[in-house]
Amino acid sequence: MAGGGREIIVLAVGEGGDPTVLTLELLGLARGLVSEQGMVTAVVLGSHFEGALDEIASRGADRVIYLEHPSLAPYNPEAWQAVLEPYLEEQGAGLILAGHTCLGQDLLPRLAFSLEAGVVTDCVGIRAGEDGFLFTKPVYGGNALATMRVTTPLTLATVRSRVGEVLPPSSPGGELVPLPADPPAVTRMVVRERRSLEAGECPLEEARVVVSGGRGMGGREGFEMLRELARLLGGTVGASRPPVDSGWAPATCQVGITGKVVAPELYIAVAISGSSQHLSGMCDSGKVVAINKDPEAYIFKVSDYGVVGDWKEVLPAFISRLRELV
Amino acid sequence: MHIVVLAKVVPDPEGPPSSYEVNLADKRVVARGLPPVINPFDENALELAIRVKERIGGSVTLLSLGRKLSRAVILKAMAAGADASVLLEDEAWDQALLDSRATATLLAAALRKLEPFDLVLCGRQASDTNAGVVGLGVARLLGIPAVTLARSLEVEGGRVVVERVLSDGCEVVECDLPALVTVSGEAGELRYPSLQAIRAARELPQRVLGPKELEGDVPPPWMETVCLEPPRRERRCRLVEADSPAEAGEKLALLLWEEGVI
Ligand SMILES: Cc1cc2nc3c(=O)[nH]c(=O)nc-3n(C[C@H](O)[C@H](O)[C@H](O)COP(=O)(O)OP(=O)(O)OC[C@H]3O[C@@H](n4cnc5c(N)ncnc54)[C@H](O)[C@@H]3O)c2cc1C
Ligand SMILES: Nc1ncnc2c1ncn2[C@@H]1O[C@H](COP(=O)(O)O)[C@@H](O)[C@H]1O
Repeated sequence: MAGGGREIIVLAVGEGGDPTVLTLELLGLARGLVSEQGMVTAVVLGSHFEGALDEIASRGADRVIYLEHPSLAPYNPEAWQAVLEPYLEEQGAGLILAGHTCLGQDLLPRLAFSLEAGVVTDCVGIRAGEDGFLFTKPVYGGNALATMRVTTPLTLATVRSRVGEVLPPSSPGGELVPLPADPPAVTRMVVRERRSLEAGECPLEEARVVVSGGRGMGGREGFEMLRELARLLGGTVGASRPPVDSGWAPATCQVGITGKVVAPELYIAVAISGSSQHLSGMCDSGKVVAINKDPEAYIFKVSDYGVVGDWKEVLPAFISRLRELV
Repeated sequence: MHIVVLAKVVPDPEGPPSSYEVNLADKRVVARGLPPVINPFDENALELAIRVKERIGGSVTLLSLGRKLSRAVILKAMAAGADASVLLEDEAWDQALLDSRATATLLAAALRKLEPFDLVLCGRQASDTNAGVVGLGVARLLGIPAVTLARSLEVEGGRVVVERVLSDGCEVVECDLPALVTVSGEAGELRYPSLQAIRAARELPQRVLGPKELEGDVPPPWMETVCLEPPRRERRCRLVEADSPAEAGEKLALLLWEEGVI
């Protein structure tokens, strides 16, 4: 088995506050994949993450290796690499996991080429095969699913949200071990500033209900109505790509292969045709409802409930009836 | 300022799902009736390159690797504002067979022949592999810094300033040149060339390089595809029947309520 179950390392970011749900999911996933004798190690880099360490240690990590340093937050790939590469080389783990986030997408291919190891990005499933792990990921914009195998002793993978399951807390948790390393003071690349978009709404990935609009919404006003519907259902607004490109919805709303991957209990797709790239970001949702004026729209093939009609007429009636019900 | 743009030729990713067929036996995806296009994120990268050239001058080279690359597609991309193209072409360089390590190694070998360059731009990911690996691999093999997910960039005093897309906002990073930058869709669409420009592009220098002209061998793969399958996502849809769209809206609310969906 290529490096198999010896040790699985989960890379986590510490930037104040709690660990992300995705990090905890990865720990659950790693626990399920690691062999009896193997161990799960979480590596946390960043700054201000006191509470996060204990939480991570109690949710499936045998060990939490951490390093708090101002050069590591905000994330600087070269500083992270300088700290991680010597450590990873020495560890000889079989598998390194990170979330398929902006950070994971940026970091893991870098580590892979430095450590001369195969990397599979955007995994929607990982399982143990006869000789090594098998990784499933969408290709061709979600029009096919590929199962890949890596031939190097070490494998790296970025994983989508909701692939692993968060484990219940256990005590005592794994031990906390500081990583003795010094990030370089100077790197070829520096972060000058960071701007966060409007916060407040529940993050899309964690919403129980997502109400998304597509090109057929025709403008910003349409999205006002979607926001009203989302509020009523305790959900969050999403979008396909065209509304984001047109500026009707912020980029943080985009659902799909190059946007966010969501799997809420209820996904309502309004005026969205159902391209593979969009479906790839929401097809694991619990129930899917489609509202579209074209009866032939592909979205109906992947929905549980549908209304054929113009949203301008369907939605107001839907919303006012819902108001009476919920 | 010499900018090289890595541009991959792929089947049109905007084609309808029904045109994509998964061939289980030889683990290939066949895109029926879909024209080849430049990977959309690589078009975004080319657009950024042309904007830099317009502001501070210089030249843009298009670099593409594959088997039987469509000349019409390359020509149209060049007509948007490139100055030259280099095609790495061979029967054995079929993109369905090379992994990201092999692809990055070949592209890096070609880039060494194109030196000096100041900036290499590529897409954040190819629409077929959906990987986002090759660009970072090329940068590593060339020993130059890399910045991912750019929505815009500026060259200032020998450095590049990149605005990066993050899931909750954006960040501005600054990096030494030469550098490689991967570009996201937010950079904006590639301008459309005029017919006149397409005709004129035929006169631009085009080089084709094969295995003989490139130094080094294709390294053994790090990854292999074990199987390919079509996505399983179809569901049985209950369409709400009603006399008017408004009535359908009301009925939908009731149905979701009765079934415990809301
Ligand atoms: C590399 C790549 C990555 C991509 N990544 C993503 C991604 O992450 N997410 C994403 O969503 N897309 C992505 N796309 C784009 C994707 O291919 C599609 O173009 C896009 O999803 C289509 O969005 P849409 O369904 O809103 O628009 P359209 O396909 O134009 O559909 C609009 C729908 O609205 C309906 N409609 C119009 N008016 C009304 C009305 N008044 N009432 C009711 N219905 C109406 C129409 O019948 C139609 O079905 C990507 C594309 C590429 C090439
Ligand atoms: N065959 C190729 N020819 C030219 N550029 C490529 C090729 N393959 C990948 N690239 C570049 O690398 C980027 C990332 O590819 P990938 O890692 O496969 O997602 C693409 O957007 C292209 O810019």
